[in-house]
Amino acid sequence: MIPLTWDIVARGLGEIGRLLGIVAVIVVVLEALAYLILHRLLKYKYSLPFMLLLPALVGVMALIIYPFGFNIYLAFSNMNMFRFKDFSVGLSYGITNFLDVFRLPVLQKVTFFQLLGRTILWTVVNVVCHVLGGLGLAILLNRPMRGKGVYRTLLVVPWALPQVISALAWRGEFHFQYGFVNLMLERLGLRPVPWLSDPRWAFVAVVLVNVWLGIPFMMVVLLGGLQSISQEYYDAAQIDGASGWQQFRSITMPLLKPVLTPAVILGVVWTFNNFNVIYLVTRGGPMEGTDLLVTSMFKAVFEFYRYGFGAAYAMVIFVFLFIFSAVYLRLSGGFKGAWES
Amino acid sequence: MRTGSRRSVFRRARGDSPAKRAVIHAVLILACVMSVYPFLRVVSVSLRPSNQLLSTDLALIPPGASLENYRALIFERDFTIWLWNSLVVSAASVLVGLMLAATAAYAFSRWKFPGRRQGLLFLLTTQMIPAGMLLLPIYIMVVRLKLFNTYTGMAIAYSVGSVPFSIWILKGYYDTIPRELEEAALVDGASPLVAFYRVVIPLSTPALAIAGLFSFMTAWNDYMMARVMLQKPNMFTWPVGFQKLMDQFQTAWGQFAAASVLVAIPALALFLYSSKWLVSGMTLGGVKE
Repeated sequence: MIPLTWDIVARGLGEIGRLLGIVAVIVVVLEALAYLILHRLLKYKYSLPFMLLLPALVGVMALIIYPFGFNIYLAFSNMNMFRFKDFSVGLSYGITNFLDVFRLPVLQKVTFFQLLGRTILWTVVNVVCHVLGGLGLAILLNRPMRGKGVYRTLLVVPWALPQVISALAWRGEFHFQYGFVNLMLERLGLRPVPWLSDPRWAFVAVVLVNVWLGIPFMMVVLLGGLQSISQEYYDAAQIDGASGWQQFRSITMPLLKPVLTPAVILGVVWTFNNFNVIYLVTRGGPMEGTDLLVTSMFKAVFEFYRYGFGAAYAMVIFVFLFIFSAVYLRLSGGFKGAWES
Repeated sequence: MRTGSRRSVFRRARGDSPAKRAVIHAVLILACVMSVYPFLRVVSVSLRPSNQLLSTDLALIPPGASLENYRALIFERDFTIWLWNSLVVSAASVLVGLMLAATAAYAFSRWKFPGRRQGLLFLLTTQMIPAGMLLLPIYIMVVRLKLFNTYTGMAIAYSVGSVPFSIWILKGYYDTIPRELEEAALVDGASPLVAFYRVVIPLSTPALAIAGLFSFMTAWNDYMMARVMLQKPNMFTWPVGFQKLMDQFQTAWGQFAAASVLVAIPALALFLYSSKWLVSGMTLGGVKE
């Protein structure tokens, strides 16, 4: 055990202080340069806003744009564990890396197309369950009733818990002998399920965990949406003799759409990219049976040390996600409000 | 909307029959049990005495409940070090991130400079890049800059990730501050930058607090980046430390549970307190300017 001593505290504070100092100095230098060039030299009308933007712009460039470009560069290299420093870059390495993604197993066994199919299945099942579960609970809660606040608070607990904790706790609870899931099944007279040693059951287990985690977010967002729908629409429909289902279909659903669309996009992107649940509950196992695109990429890079290949693989995954987002945004007009200023 | 009547999906709901009401309550109670039970179970495991760590008992308060696991966790494990490391890294990343975001958001809020729309849109797009994709290049950059296994490397890696989100939150808030306040300062002879630091920043403390809180929670709860960047046990943040504890399931399950309770309870409280803003911030795609 390492005790938390004053030495360690002082070292931490010293390191933060130094970092903040360096960042402040860099910001001041950038601002001064921008001032001299834009304001004094070019007399640019918008020199002040660009000065204000510059630090963030440099930060985003250095830590988002540059790594993005660097990743493309790495995709055209033969970098791996044995060639971490003296790797070479060339078109032929790139072609090999990209072809390897599609023609060889990504890890030891599972192939890209299996992973793609599994990730799509995972995303669809999860998001559908999140929306249905969230919508159901939101509808039940959206009425005058006793204990509404208590229900709402208890129902958001899965979202409020740090994901790492829930995922690791679920891993324990899926233990064949001591986890509560099997203990309860046994009390009900059912046979215990080999949750973590059979690939199919392991996939069911991670889906269950992620559905449990994701419903509260949808519930809260949809409840907000339901509460903003004016009662007058329902009153009018009532007079026209519309049934409950008709009211739901022609009032609730269309008016819920502006809230639902961004929530579904976020849900899809989060679920598609989910790493914690898979990696912490099953590690992608057994026999790579629960690996998704993102976890297999992580493992290819940080457990199999195939850096060049991993970079190419990351590009391929990004392109798939990008195409999906573009198509979805076009079809639904999703983020329209965000940039129409 | 009529006063006194609460909105509901189906109008009939207002006059729910007792039977229907009972069914609704039953469904909600069942859902609440399902949502809370796993955490109660964690609490229960954390109270198990060491000779019954692996028991098949389902009682919520285990027989012979003790705080032994908490004692062992705090005095025999690196628990306090993990928390301290997480705190240092998260706090540093928040401060760096806010330094960058505060002024940039002001520029987006007050000037219609060329490229403004594209800039805002670009910030949203960066949120679509999966974190895992930048992990390898950032890892290699950090190793080359000799910042591997350091607070500085972690803090930098986290800070920029939350900058776009903070800019959006802060910009939305600055938009609600009337320009007249700054103009008054300008009339008094202050430069635009002085007006910003003296007038706008003090008025936006709530927004700065919210943006800071969210970036803090992102860094605090992250596992993936920490797993890659931290190899020395004395640098582990709590998510990595907890994962190592859980790897010793047979011997350290109770300590893992105790650690989870200690970290989760403040997190739960903070979340319930801040969830209102969290929701509006996360669905900012739908926010109109």
